[in-house]
Amino acid sequence: MVLQLVMAPNWCGCGVASANSTKISTNAFKMSSNRFNFSKPYPGRAYRVTAYYSLTTPPYELDALEPYMSKRTVEIHWGKHHNEHVERLNKHLKTSAFYGHTLEEMVKATYNNGSPLVEFNDSSSVWSHDFFWESMQPNGGSMPKGGVLDQIEKDFGTFTNFKDEFTFAALSIFGPGWVWLYLKKNERKLAVAPTQNAISPLVWGDIPIIGLDMWEHAYYLDYKDDRSAYVNNFLDHLVSWHSVMVRMMRAEAFVNLGEPKIPVA
Amino acid sequence: MQPATACASSGLTIPWLRRCSSLRVKCSTSQRAHCASTSTADTAEPIEPIEPIDPIETDPEPDPEPFKLKPLPYPFNALEPHMSKETVEYHWERHHRGHVDSLNAIIQGTEFAEMELENMVLTSYNEGNPLPFFVHASQVWNHDFFWETMKPGGGGNPSGVLKYLIERDFGSLDELAKEIQNAALTQFGSGWVWLAYKAHRLGVGNDINPRPSKKDKRLVVVKTPNAVSPLVWDYYPLLAIDVWEHAYYMDYENRRGDYVSVFLDKLISWDVVSYRLKNAMFRASKREKMEKREMLLDKMKEATLRVKVRPTPKARPKMKRRQY
Repeated sequence: MVLQLVMAPNWCGCGVASANSTKISTNAFKMSSNRFNFSKPYPGRAYRVTAYYSLTTPPYELDALEPYMSKRTVEIHWGKHHNEHVERLNKHLKTSAFYGHTLEEMVKATYNNGSPLVEFNDSSSVWSHDFFWESMQPNGGSMPKGGVLDQIEKDFGTFTNFKDEFTFAALSIFGPGWVWLYLKKNERKLAVAPTQNAISPLVWGDIPIIGLDMWEHAYYLDYKDDRSAYVNNFLDHLVSWHSVMVRMMRAEAFVNLGEPKIPVA
Repeated sequence: MQPATACASSGLTIPWLRRCSSLRVKCSTSQRAHCASTSTADTAEPIEPIEPIDPIETDPEPDPEPFKLKPLPYPFNALEPHMSKETVEYHWERHHRGHVDSLNAIIQGTEFAEMELENMVLTSYNEGNPLPFFVHASQVWNHDFFWETMKPGGGGNPSGVLKYLIERDFGSLDELAKEIQNAALTQFGSGWVWLAYKAHRLGVGNDINPRPSKKDKRLVVVKTPNAVSPLVWDYYPLLAIDVWEHAYYMDYENRRGDYVSVFLDKLISWDVVSYRLKNAMFRASKREKMEKREMLLDKMKEATLRVKVRPTPKARPKMKRRQY
């Protein structure tokens, strides 16, 4: 069979029958007249493709963090609070100028240097909660290994020192807040900081490494008002040093943490 | 703690009398029994002279507990099933008591220890730059207020002046409930939702209303973050709903809206709110009268300053006496 064009293409590449072309009907190759057009499923209608944020799943089962964080807490924290933030963010984005921004961009932009815009609380909460679920793992805790441990010991003295500082910062928060281990870009070292409500180190341009939710909904069902038990259990049994390692590796693309210690032969 | 006051007729100190600055303190006639029995000179025995006490040596130790945790006006399980015994117990025993203890630890021995709680809240707020113990003082005050706003078997409808003002300022009780719900759900993080009586004040020195009237003052629904209360804005709070998560998480988990609607339907004591409203209206009008009086006094003072007074009388020619 000879391949013949049915219609002469015009300047835009689509087939248009012109007066000079001879229409030879064959069963040969036809230019995309029967293929389903996914970007325009119903011809003749106007379209705008939109995309909104969705609720990301924690990388473990909801009961995987027992007994340090009960299934009920994770169910409500993720399924109700985190979900509510996602839905409210999407509702804002329908009419907001920040539609289409990535979450990190939106957090920094809507923080507006201390006078937060209306989308800040929800976008920052969504980002922080995603970060929080990934900061934990079943059978987590214990000690970090290798480069992460070296960096922590370099910046805090000893690992116990880091744990003490982290706990102290967590307990110093009055009201709802988060406590972060983050990498300071300018000073090129790790530091611990508590923040209020939904603020994260993204707003002042640094790179978060661990985030712990100190809002009451995160611990009240399991520990009631015993916040130090919650923080200690997080550090000893829940924190995912694996994800810390991955985050540090990514952070090293942005921050030069110094020459690696290559042993001289 | 308020120091005990003395009866004017017998001079004995009676702890149950309240200090009232404008009245001379006197026991009521029913409590005069102690006067009758002890004030007669005939039966009095000669009093031994007491040695004068050196005030420096016996400086009293600072009271380790200037503020005591106020007990609840009802037992822990009285608010079941709308607020469980566990919630009330933990809320009062751990959170409220924690604030009282922290406050005592900070102010013990300082000049703040003698202040009344409301005064302390206003002073420590320091116009937006709070001192470290502001959160504790304010939370103690807020929680006292919160427990008293509730009662077992609460709910129902407001009556009297409160009902009139609610209908004047919100339209109906349902509208008020809707506004309170909205405030509670939009309060991001922790905080409180209040119904307050607001006398329009600008907060500047010369914001004295020369013709105050009841129409200037309104009921408003306000929400405050963390530990702040509308006292610091010069409002008179009437009811408080604690929307910190510890207040409702064990009973309602994340459903703050349900908690607030149950609070308004089943827990609130409208009697207490009405009483507070009457108190607020009285204090507001008294304050306005005082300020109007001060304003008039200032005006009079200004007027007297403007009058020119000659140091010596003007020299006039002597009048001639006619010679008859």
